[in-house]
Amino acid sequence: MADLSVNIAGVHFKNPIIAASGTIGFGHEYSEFYPLSVFGGISCKGTTLKERPGNPPPRIAETPMGMLNAVGLQNPGVEHFIKEDLPWLKQQDTVAIANVAGSTREDYCRMAEILSETDIDMIELNISCPNVKEGGVQFGTSCESVAAITKAVRAYCKKPLIIKLSPNVSDIASIAKAAESEGADAVSLINTLTGMRIDINTRRPIITNITGGMSGPAVFPVAVRMVWQVKNAVSIPVIGMGGVTTWKDAVEIMMAGADAVQIGTALFTDPYSPVKIAEGLNSYLDAHGMKSVTELTHTVITG
Amino acid sequence: MKYDAQDCKLVFAQKLTPTIYDFRLQNSALAAITKPGQFVQVLVPGKTLRRPVSVCDVQDDTIRLVFEVRGEGTAIMAETKVGESINIIAPLGKGFILDPGKKTAFIGGGIGVPPMLYSAKKCGSNAVVINGFRNKDAVILSEDFEKAGCRLIVTTDDGSFGIHGFVTQPLAEIIDEVEMICACGPTPMLRNIAKMAAEKGVPCQVSLEQRMACGVGACLGCAVAVKTEDGSTCYKHVCKDGPVFNSEEVAW
Repeated sequence: MADLSVNIAGVHFKNPIIAASGTIGFGHEYSEFYPLSVFGGISCKGTTLKERPGNPPPRIAETPMGMLNAVGLQNPGVEHFIKEDLPWLKQQDTVAIANVAGSTREDYCRMAEILSETDIDMIELNISCPNVKEGGVQFGTSCESVAAITKAVRAYCKKPLIIKLSPNVSDIASIAKAAESEGADAVSLINTLTGMRIDINTRRPIITNITGGMSGPAVFPVAVRMVWQVKNAVSIPVIGMGGVTTWKDAVEIMMAGADAVQIGTALFTDPYSPVKIAEGLNSYLDAHGMKSVTELTHTVITG
Repeated sequence: MKYDAQDCKLVFAQKLTPTIYDFRLQNSALAAITKPGQFVQVLVPGKTLRRPVSVCDVQDDTIRLVFEVRGEGTAIMAETKVGESINIIAPLGKGFILDPGKKTAFIGGGIGVPPMLYSAKKCGSNAVVINGFRNKDAVILSEDFEKAGCRLIVTTDDGSFGIHGFVTQPLAEIIDEVEMICACGPTPMLRNIAKMAAEKGVPCQVSLEQRMACGVGACLGCAVAVKTEDGSTCYKHVCKDGPVFNSEEVAW
């Protein structure tokens, strides 16, 4: 029985498997499949300062080995989250991560300030939502803007701060370095890749928002590559995600450089995937004589 | 635990039309708790998203699914052989609220017909069933509704079978006799039925569909616009708040 625990920015996770924001809400529904303690942590649905209605449907389209979504940050607002969901989530024996998105720098700072007064464990800054004009991606696509938003939020954020990075950029390693230089405690990547599908009978985009964020197994090699590039560039922890579906994927993305792994779309295919990934990781470590899952991180041999 | 994903053995499979399949999945635990109007999420080998399929009927320890091949996923589903397993998350969503003592109209359009069977059976001779299809070749499940003791009216768009026209024509003739309407089918059909029900003051429940991902209310993918008390609209979700909605709640 290997040790699956990891430490990310001073926060102890019993295993490296974290539910990815936007795929598990605030945890209530999946707690009807199994105790949420199967997860090392849960990154909650992206919240905004005020309630958001989300985008008009359809919001979902399937793609080869993946999917597009354009939910559009439908959420009840950060105050509702703190009052109605957080107290319950804190009793589930898993690390609670708030994912925050905004349209202005002030929004992000205000939410960091509000959440810092709660017992949330970590804050993940969503500067990479591709589906909302004011969903923060304008802060996430240049080194200057990432540095500026990280610096601004850092001044208000008393919790460990994760910056969630967009893959829709030309040089993700430089962006990660910009976040690190202004005080990010960790980075998480990749958010979804912007994509589009068209119904050839109607000539209309399948998703009303026209474009959506692509996730699922199809994006996994992109995630592995970007995690590797980022890990080579920064010394803060890297949380890897993007199409992780099986325990083998978890091993692979950790070898690329991930200190922990987020699971998202895989939950839709198999709600029990986090349980199976934890079991598979453990067996792999035992079979290879490793005592701790941390021995996997950034061990890819490229020479 | 409210939800579970379980393997079910396919014990019966039949092609009802060139594109519509009748599957019976054996799982006594899930069959016992499945209610009329609920749905299941079917795992399709090689596909990322499960396929939501409404429950057509529950017979003893089997859940009956009647589905149409619409794309790659349902085509793969249709290839499943008797004896093989299909993984489903079930039962999901809120079904029809039925009062078997009340005269109820059950209206299905095309592939919206199968979800009405289990519901109509609960009402037996108090059920007036109106099933609409494109043409004679597309007509399905008539014997099942008749065997359940329901009064059955069939319409076809081209007049090749039953009444020539849409389901709303016979509905207009019987609407004064019924105390409740339950419907499933294409949105324009449901919108027209909702309008007729509102004009006559008959309560109406509609089963909606939308492109879906998680199936349990977590991802918020399958949004449907509903009216709020202040006259504006907000989004609810087909998988958890539905698939059955009060027709007056829907922002058509």
